[in-house]
Amino acid sequence: MAIATTPIRVLIGKVGLDGHDRGVKLVARALRDAGVEIIYTGLHQTPEQIVTTAIQEDVQAIGLSIHSGAHNSLFPRVLQLLKEQGAGDVTLFGGGIIPDDDVPRLKAAGVEMLFRPATPMHDIVDFVKGLRVER
Amino acid sequence: MNERKSRFSSLSGLDIERVYGPDHLKGWNVEQDLGQPGSFPYTRGIYPSMYRSRLWTMRQFAGFGSADDTNRRFKYLLARGQTGLSVAFDLPTLMGLDADDPMARGEVGHCGVAISSLADMERLFDGIPLDQVTTSMTINGPAVVLFAMYLAVAEKRGIPFNRLGGTIQNDILKEYIAQKEWLFPPEPHIAIIVDTIAYCAAHVPKWHPISISGYHIREAGSTAVQELAFTLYDGLTYVDAAVKSGLDVDAFAPQLSFFFNVHNDFFEEIAKFRAARRLWAREMEQRYHPKNPRSLQLRCHAQTAGCSLTAQQPMNNVVRTTLQALAAVLGGTQSLHTNSMDETLALPTEEAVTLALRTQQVIASESETVNCVDPLGGSYFVESLTNRLEEGARDYFRTLDRMGGMVAAIEQGFPQREILDASQRYQREIERQERPIVGVTDYVEQETRSIPILKIGSEVEQEQVARLSDLRKSRDPFKMAGSLEEVQETAACHQNLLPALIDAVKAKATLGEICAALKEVYGTYREPVVL
Repeated sequence: MAIATTPIRVLIGKVGLDGHDRGVKLVARALRDAGVEIIYTGLHQTPEQIVTTAIQEDVQAIGLSIHSGAHNSLFPRVLQLLKEQGAGDVTLFGGGIIPDDDVPRLKAAGVEMLFRPATPMHDIVDFVKGLRVER
Repeated sequence: MNERKSRFSSLSGLDIERVYGPDHLKGWNVEQDLGQPGSFPYTRGIYPSMYRSRLWTMRQFAGFGSADDTNRRFKYLLARGQTGLSVAFDLPTLMGLDADDPMARGEVGHCGVAISSLADMERLFDGIPLDQVTTSMTINGPAVVLFAMYLAVAEKRGIPFNRLGGTIQNDILKEYIAQKEWLFPPEPHIAIIVDTIAYCAAHVPKWHPISISGYHIREAGSTAVQELAFTLYDGLTYVDAAVKSGLDVDAFAPQLSFFFNVHNDFFEEIAKFRAARRLWAREMEQRYHPKNPRSLQLRCHAQTAGCSLTAQQPMNNVVRTTLQALAAVLGGTQSLHTNSMDETLALPTEEAVTLALRTQQVIASESETVNCVDPLGGSYFVESLTNRLEEGARDYFRTLDRMGGMVAAIEQGFPQREILDASQRYQREIERQERPIVGVTDYVEQETRSIPILKIGSEVEQEQVARLSDLRKSRDPFKMAGSLEEVQETAACHQNLLPALIDAVKAKATLGEICAALKEVYGTYREPVVL
């Protein structure tokens, strides 16, 4: 029973040079309020730093916010590093300014979910809580 | 009669009553609180005849890809009646990094134009007469370096500095508070800003060395009151630093400028511009007793609220932007950017930016709202809102004074937390259906029609990296290294950085090299994480 009550641990962060942290902080607060354990990295993280923190903190999922247009290089880089470092089972999801056309390619590359602008907060919370059921 | 809601409130949460009358303006004095346009306390506008004499500057923020791409966009906009330029730089440039820096990977040319060297800056303004257009540059952390590049371009073309007009944003406090693109710790950053203020006062008299910005504070989720309070308090912080450095307030205050957001609440936003002018004039008068009335005048640029735009039903954004632009005009702005309908998804296409510019032109040419100065002056409702915004900002001023000033407050995470809390309140209001958003919470359409999007290819990054490599091969390495040493020595002995920086960019030192050299002297900044 102890396992069932262990809160899910999620790294929430900003990767790259983008400073838009309004959305990511609201997501982090909403997840925290819903009982998810949040490791918030702060701004200006490299993919290497994100993956190192994720492994050190033993998270089940990584949620990244990108508003700068660099999603096509940053998400695949994080996935590649996770695989290289034996953490390919960590779920990667994200949100931000990501045009529709780019979504299928990123999902095919292994990004589990991408939340569009104006996604209701409970959709993100439900998604993260659903990760526990799957595991 | 039943009303639709039990409580009506402004977008910022101010209670709004059914109707306003003289009872709401007790103690309000038409001479002291309203005055005449062009006169203290400037509630009605900083010029006596406002748009009857000169319309606002239509200035669309533009930049993407390479310097050549953006140069073409500038010429496209000027050809369509835009009256001033505004440069958007990409994230590596905003962070003082070269395009070949490992942190720049994937970001080059995406959010703006990539400028790593003087050669890039020359191509950006190729064929554009710098003595005839005014140029605004949205650059903060490394603003002094980009300004040095601009001055060096003018010098190469034989244009005297006293004929250059424009603005560098150069407001680092709002970076720590909201936009989050910084290079150094607050103390040296503010000293650099004072350098640019002093340099412009002495050599570039038509330039605005700073645009004290509330735009990004609002975009980060603040209320109108917070935007007003934090922005004006930032402004006073810079004035204080400049005066303490030995400058006479009248030598530089007329060159200061401001930058505000225009959000959805039509009357609250109009009141915000009016309150900003009155509060600034009163605070400057009381604190610094300037002799030149221009030192009391709050000049500003405005931009419609990017965060109000929706990815769903993007055409609706044209209507939102029109209303916001009209509020800025009725508020008496000096310059305006109207967002394009596609900007929730990408940088604007030519078609979208043309429509955004046309929106301003329709207001200016057809709506006849520009004939009378401050047309809402004397409205019980608008005057009451103006008073409440000024009072709300003064409450924050007192809190910030008690905390020991803005830098101390930022280090304690105070403005950051206030903004985050406000942003969360707003988010919850939307989720509880208290703030409907057309096309998102209401009137939702399942079928999403897609609009064309501007794409930035990866070749932009490859070409920019190649150009940098060529530049590094083409320069005299000893001269370049010497110029960087000179920059470091100047920084270490607290002398004005600009002459050394102009020499360094002419010696082909790159933006990233110069900023790295300065970080060795000043150190870097670590943000207090507020969640």
